Amino acid sequence: MVVIDSIANGIVIDHIRAGYGMKVLEYLNIDTDSNTVALIMNAVSEKHGRKDVVKLENVTDLDLTALGLVDHNATVNVIEDHIIVRKIKLSLPEKVTNVFRCKNPRCVTSAESGIPHIFHLADAEAEEYRCEYCDEIVKAEDL
Amino acid sequence: MLKGRSLLEPLDFSVEEMETLFSAADRIIDAPDGYADVCRGKILATLFYEPSTRTRFSFEAAMLRLGGQVIGFSEPGSSSVAKGESIADTMRTVACYADLAVIRHPKEGAPRVAALSTGMPVINAGDGGHQHPTQTLTDLLTIRRERGRFENLTIGLCGDLKFGRTVHSLIKALSRYGGIRFVLISPEELMIPDYVRKEVLQKGAAAFDEVRKLQDVMPELDALYMTRVQKERFFNEEDYIRLKDSYILDAEKMRLARPDMMVLHPLPRVNEIAVEVDADPRAVYFKQAKNGMYVRMALIMALLGLERTAEGL
Repeated sequence: MVVIDSIANGIVIDHIRAGYGMKVLEYLNIDTDSNTVALIMNAVSEKHGRKDVVKLENVTDLDLTALGLVDHNATVNVIEDHIIVRKIKLSLPEKVTNVFRCKNPRCVTSAESGIPHIFHLADAEAEEYRCEYCDEIVKAEDL
Repeated sequence: MLKGRSLLEPLDFSVEEMETLFSAADRIIDAPDGYADVCRGKILATLFYEPSTRTRFSFEAAMLRLGGQVIGFSEPGSSSVAKGESIADTMRTVACYADLAVIRHPKEGAPRVAALSTGMPVINAGDGGHQHPTQTLTDLLTIRRERGRFENLTIGLCGDLKFGRTVHSLIKALSRYGGIRFVLISPEELMIPDYVRKEVLQKGAAAFDEVRKLQDVMPELDALYMTRVQKERFFNEEDYIRLKDSYILDAEKMRLARPDMMVLHPLPRVNEIAVEVDADPRAVYFKQAKNGMYVRMALIMALLGLERTAEGL
């Protein structure tokens, strides 16, 4: 059993799909040099069998757009004075800007620099996004 | 009101707005001389980053017949694009000189980038294998003039449905009318892209079938829209050679069709329609090319807010 201290103030991202913890950290763009960060991989989960967990000490202001895209089934708990004061339900964002690039080699974003890379949610059930410029449909997990 | 707007994809204009364009085009066809001065003092910029004969000539002829003038380039090598200038910068510069711009570009979505870079109206004249909304205006005007309606028609689309941007635009536009059925005829490798199937066909009211053999469906069609397998859309020449002669419409196949079925083609044709079909009164593709100029005249006037001037003549 691995024991990691609970945090007094910060954010705990729980129920991350096993193996996606690093990706979550990467997309949240957390500065791991100046923040206390705990990444627990392959923890036992009653619901999911295995899960990853991320704990961020003293971090409260996060852009969760990218997180919804990486794993919208994860749960986000905001901790203040050792108590969960808020649970945030993630969902696939309607619009994603400058998080990913379109993979269609014919898309204008592959040639024109300085333009925002924008995707719109096309089908929430199928977890598919559509490129603003070329309409290419991509699975969220392939982004 | 279309004044100041851009036309980037076929659904940018409502059915009613399209109808005003078609009515204006009809009036121009009936009395073209009355429109000779409508655009006097106006300048159209044509930015063709990719070769074009019909679309560019059609836009230029449209503007000249309205009494306006045209500036632009027909291949990027003769412009600052060759020096690496971005689309956005080119557009900002062109907007200093012209009143509206037409852009054709091999990259999909380039006209949207162009429109976002300037307040000037921008018309998409074809972006890669994506959309070609003014060809759709041409196709719709032709169907409307030949058949008098869009509703309750069975439309066959044949050939390269994957990269054929005119096909994508036409399906989008026709899906808004009632009782439409599409018969999509293509080899497996050139089937309609997922975004058209999912966002337009599966969500819309139009029925559709996907088939491989043209002759089997000929008797069912009110209109057959033939397309060319486009060499320039393939990254692999081997695939192009294998697929280029998938469908050839000839007099023998035309015998299977209804006496009033119309054959449309965005042109240029290579060999997908045998020359012998040209003499068949059901072949309307050259008439379609002429309609393209008239509907572009109507579009230019509308985007410049000059419809009233024309109607008053």
